[in-house]
Amino acid sequence: MKLNLRVWRQQSHESPGGFGDYTLSDVSEDSSFLEMLDILNEELIEKGEEPVAFDHDCREGICGMCSLIINGNAHGPETATTVCQLHMRHFSDGDTITIEPWRARAFPVIKDLIVDRTAFDNIVQAGGFITARTGSAPDANEIPIPKPIADKAMDAAACIGCGACVAACPNGAAMLFTSAKCSQLNMLPQGQGEKDNRVLKMVAAMDDNGFGNCTNYGECQAVCPKEITLDFIAKMNRDYATAKIHKFFGAAS
Amino acid sequence: MSDVPKVVIPSLAKKYLMAGSGLVLVLFVLGHMLGNLQFFLGPEVINAYAYHLHHLPGHPVTLWIIRLILLTCLVVHVWMAVLLTIENKHARGNDSYAQKHSNVASYAARTMPVTGVVLLLFIILHILQFTTRVVPEDYNATIGEAPIEVAHVQIEFFDVFAMMVKGFSDPLFAGIYIIAVGLLCMHLSHGVSSMFQSIGWRNEIWRKRLHCIALLYGWVVFLGFAAIPFSVLAFGHGKEYLADKEAQWAAAPAVTTEISH
Ligand code: FES
Repeated sequence: MKLNLRVWRQQSHESPGGFGDYTLSDVSEDSSFLEMLDILNEELIEKGEEPVAFDHDCREGICGMCSLIINGNAHGPETATTVCQLHMRHFSDGDTITIEPWRARAFPVIKDLIVDRTAFDNIVQAGGFITARTGSAPDANEIPIPKPIADKAMDAAACIGCGACVAACPNGAAMLFTSAKCSQLNMLPQGQGEKDNRVLKMVAAMDDNGFGNCTNYGECQAVCPKEITLDFIAKMNRDYATAKIHKFFGAAS
Repeated sequence: MSDVPKVVIPSLAKKYLMAGSGLVLVLFVLGHMLGNLQFFLGPEVINAYAYHLHHLPGHPVTLWIIRLILLTCLVVHVWMAVLLTIENKHARGNDSYAQKHSNVASYAARTMPVTGVVLLLFIILHILQFTTRVVPEDYNATIGEAPIEVAHVQIEFFDVFAMMVKGFSDPLFAGIYIIAVGLLCMHLSHGVSSMFQSIGWRNEIWRKRLHCIALLYGWVVFLGFAAIPFSVLAFGHGKEYLADKEAQWAAAPAVTTEISH
């Protein structure tokens, strides 16, 4: 298939960016979106031009590195699909495809389509850990966890931290990410030790890193490749209020 | 990052404040609408209702406390809205998407700041017209007072019924009023559901239900409020009553009317 690409090119965060127009004449519909970009880059290198910089790693939808806005949609037109898992058969011959990086103040562009997601690391560092006994491995199922709780916690833990939620949010808010990272531990018995401080510190880190405020649009959930739901945001809202009350009475965990 | 503004109020605290103040205003709006609907029960009923509102137990302090609470909620609500709008615009960044597809954000949700500003202006106009009655001099006098029965005693009290008919007889004003309550309906259709999410009382099952409830609530409020100007304009409801009053006023222009609050 023949494709017209409008790709965002930007040397660095400081320099202004703009779109570069490229045409690919022979793309297989079985290739993935990232393979299509590989083809583009090979052509560019052959011509002596600079290849398009884009983030990727596992290419199997589990690492959270790939991050593209395709025709205005984070991770492209398919739901519950990362860009690396998106195939060209979802496009048609002759399509013009606009490719942009995540855009949010907290995610400055490093180059072309690559953005700096250190802000997410800062949020996780603020509370995404538990205190555990080291030493020999504990017996399996030593701590009983009800199945529904384990399932919910697993749903939250499915977050790969790609940042599509922030990219899609009209407010540039990181609520879906933060709530998933917070809830996966807050729901489990192993996470109780730091529960209150976890939510307080992670929300503070979220605010400090320049993310916006949630106004309950729901755009984040719509683009999330791992189908994290607003339920976790609601849970974080509850946990935060409880933590504040605990803290007020000097009993925050 | 250096260009990050210092967040003074935590983002979740802003949510709670927005939801809490919103809840009070949402309930007030419903109460106000139910009060207004007594218009259809005739001048005696709504005028007596107005009298009782102005003479609640603990009068006049009670009414002022209620007004103060409502004003505080309004100020908090608007203040949070301003902070959210400014901070979120900043968080979005300078480079905007060349193409951006909106998947689920409703029109009502995306226009909250716009409907909010228009509603704020309308509230100011509304209070000036109907509460503080900053209107032309003759206006109050022609409306005058009407007899009501309070505890089996006949007394004279400001004629709210006539005021409503007179206000809504002006198609321009009635039009503004109907449009404003229409925007209120939109504002509520996002707000009433959103506030449950903000305090964490919502899940995937209840999200859809609350969306419906919020939409229904918005429509009930819209229809309840809009019914009055509509019936005055379309069916001339209360026009005869007002014409009688104005004829009386024309016949005895020398009588000055004291307005009791
Ligand atoms: S490259 Fe790892 S999730 Fe897409």
